[in-house]
Amino acid sequence: MSDFFLSLMGLAFWLQVVRISVPYALAALGGVTSERSGVIDLALEGKLLFGAFAAAWVADLGSSVWLGALAGAAAGVLVALLYGYLVIRLRADQIITGVAINLLAFGLTRYLLKLVYGSTSSSPPTPGFEGGLAANPLLWLLLLVVLVWPVLFYRTRFGLRLRAAGEHPEAVASVGVSVPRIRWMAVGLSGLLAGLGGAWLALDNHGFTAEMSGGRGYIALAALIMGKWRPLPAVLACLLFGFAETCQLHLQAVDVGVPNELVRSLPYLLTMVALAGFIGRSRAPAALGRPAPADGDRPWTGGGNDRPAPDAAREP
Amino acid sequence: MTRSELGREAFVLGFSLLVAMAAGSLLVLLLGESPARVYGLLLSSTWGDAYGVGQVLFKATPLVFTGLSVALAFRAGLFNIGAEGQMMLGGLAAALVGAALPVETCAWLALPLAVLAAAAAGALWGAIPGALRAFLGAHEVINTIMLNFVASALVLGLGHRVFLPETTHTALVVEGARLPSLGLAGSAANLSFVLALGAALAVWGFLSRSRRGFELRALGLSPGAAEGAGVRVRATLVAALAAAGALAGLVGCNFVLGYKHYYEEGMGRGAGFMGIAVALLGRGHPLGVVLAAVLLGTLSHGGVAINALVPKELVDVLQAVIILAVAASSAVFSHQVRRSGP
Repeated sequence: MSDFFLSLMGLAFWLQVVRISVPYALAALGGVTSERSGVIDLALEGKLLFGAFAAAWVADLGSSVWLGALAGAAAGVLVALLYGYLVIRLRADQIITGVAINLLAFGLTRYLLKLVYGSTSSSPPTPGFEGGLAANPLLWLLLLVVLVWPVLFYRTRFGLRLRAAGEHPEAVASVGVSVPRIRWMAVGLSGLLAGLGGAWLALDNHGFTAEMSGGRGYIALAALIMGKWRPLPAVLACLLFGFAETCQLHLQAVDVGVPNELVRSLPYLLTMVALAGFIGRSRAPAALGRPAPADGDRPWTGGGNDRPAPDAAREP
Repeated sequence: MTRSELGREAFVLGFSLLVAMAAGSLLVLLLGESPARVYGLLLSSTWGDAYGVGQVLFKATPLVFTGLSVALAFRAGLFNIGAEGQMMLGGLAAALVGAALPVETCAWLALPLAVLAAAAAGALWGAIPGALRAFLGAHEVINTIMLNFVASALVLGLGHRVFLPETTHTALVVEGARLPSLGLAGSAANLSFVLALGAALAVWGFLSRSRRGFELRALGLSPGAAEGAGVRVRATLVAALAAAGALAGLVGCNFVLGYKHYYEEGMGRGAGFMGIAVALLGRGHPLGVVLAAVLLGTLSHGGVAINALVPKELVDVLQAVIILAVAASSAVFSHQVRRSGP
């Protein structure tokens, strides 16, 4: 037990917290971007998984970590394009499509794993991050994104339109701005960031393991809700979850009287508490999950928007 | 459902199956295998003999339960993504109750008790997000997803206390609490399939022939109108998710009471999420749910056989593509119909 408190003091502990939190933070920032534009982002898990596979594969092929990271981002964007086509262009249900994309990611990455490496469980060791955490440019890129995102959200025209598209798409459309275009960009950015998050997983692990995302996409989703759909608080929530996970890793060996299952469930329970409004109201964007008014629809007839909004996205 | 609607649904399903088959063929060709051979093997290994049919029914049983669970909640305007966790706890509860009974308990007492335990555990796990939604306005999609993870942590944690030493499963349930096999050439199919058909019939009767069922559907179609007409919105929300949870909890019957006779960690994993696909494919109708479950059960068992030619993960991809295609095409067609209408 005292060993645990000693390790809390060490730098190694905190570096591990950061390492664990990075994929959460990248995915959560992506999720915030997509959801603030009005598109539910349950597909984060799938984007992480595809990103991880592409990163490991290309890093292996090109024996380059950076090609791998690039491939991870590209894979995330590709998945986002498929998702965007289905839910923005064809207006498919966002919850069902998101869950199905995750199922597709689980199946297809395992299929490809067998196809490429002839293995059911993992790829052979591939190139990955070497040296210390501070020498990792991807970490600095994330820090840059963390600093830039609030500015992008609250200080730019794009950010204003993005938030408006998630709150009141008809208002955005009525001033001649295309809601679908904003949402395409938001969904694409989400794919880029989540794909990078997946790449981090694979490159940090020096290889791809089947189902290696292990629910991280859902934790990122939990973090963005904890952060009340705002970029900076969402990243802080990721750090909190990363901290909880690191503690759990260190506590596994010692019996502390706190049931391990409780520690493991903490992020999920905290999310439920946040959503229930016990730590300040966590409110989703008003138009979350609602298709955009179609370009050219007459606004007074409701256009393509006559489908009732999933009132889940609203307050009662 | 009018005739033209029925035709449209059939078209959507047929189109989606074609898209999935095309995508699957592409993946098979990548491996240099013949799609016709793979699909042929998939069919002959499932519907070709009694054992295959039995295995299909065995795989379809949990999907009927989880599909009904998602469909029932959906009719109330709720998304139950939590069938996975509900069925985990239902299975564990059935196993614990079934094993705790005295050895000589007769089937007339032991079976209902074990089945009720499964339903009750699932109902409890469903009622939580229901209550959070009804009284605090918290989104049930997120809460059911979170509760899946909590359930799996709970099962792992409880496992230390209730699993037999050095194993990941519980003790055997008593003889009286076991569901008999259907006896299809030694397949795992058991009476749970009949129970699942009964559940489908009950859900159909409830939705279309009872007052509460009518209120539930009214709530799903138009919450405001339902409230105005005197439907008790909060109670109905909680009850709908609790009933959905109970249905998902009954999955435990198939594995625990009908097949292995104990609960094993990871048992039936994924059936909860597939329930979303089943409900979607079945268009939220109990009969449709049964048919969709049999279709996906066929894929699931067929995957084992085609593993000789291509990785069995192919069927996971097929299932995902079917869901995507149905979700997309039903949105497109319903939109077109609405546009061309008055």
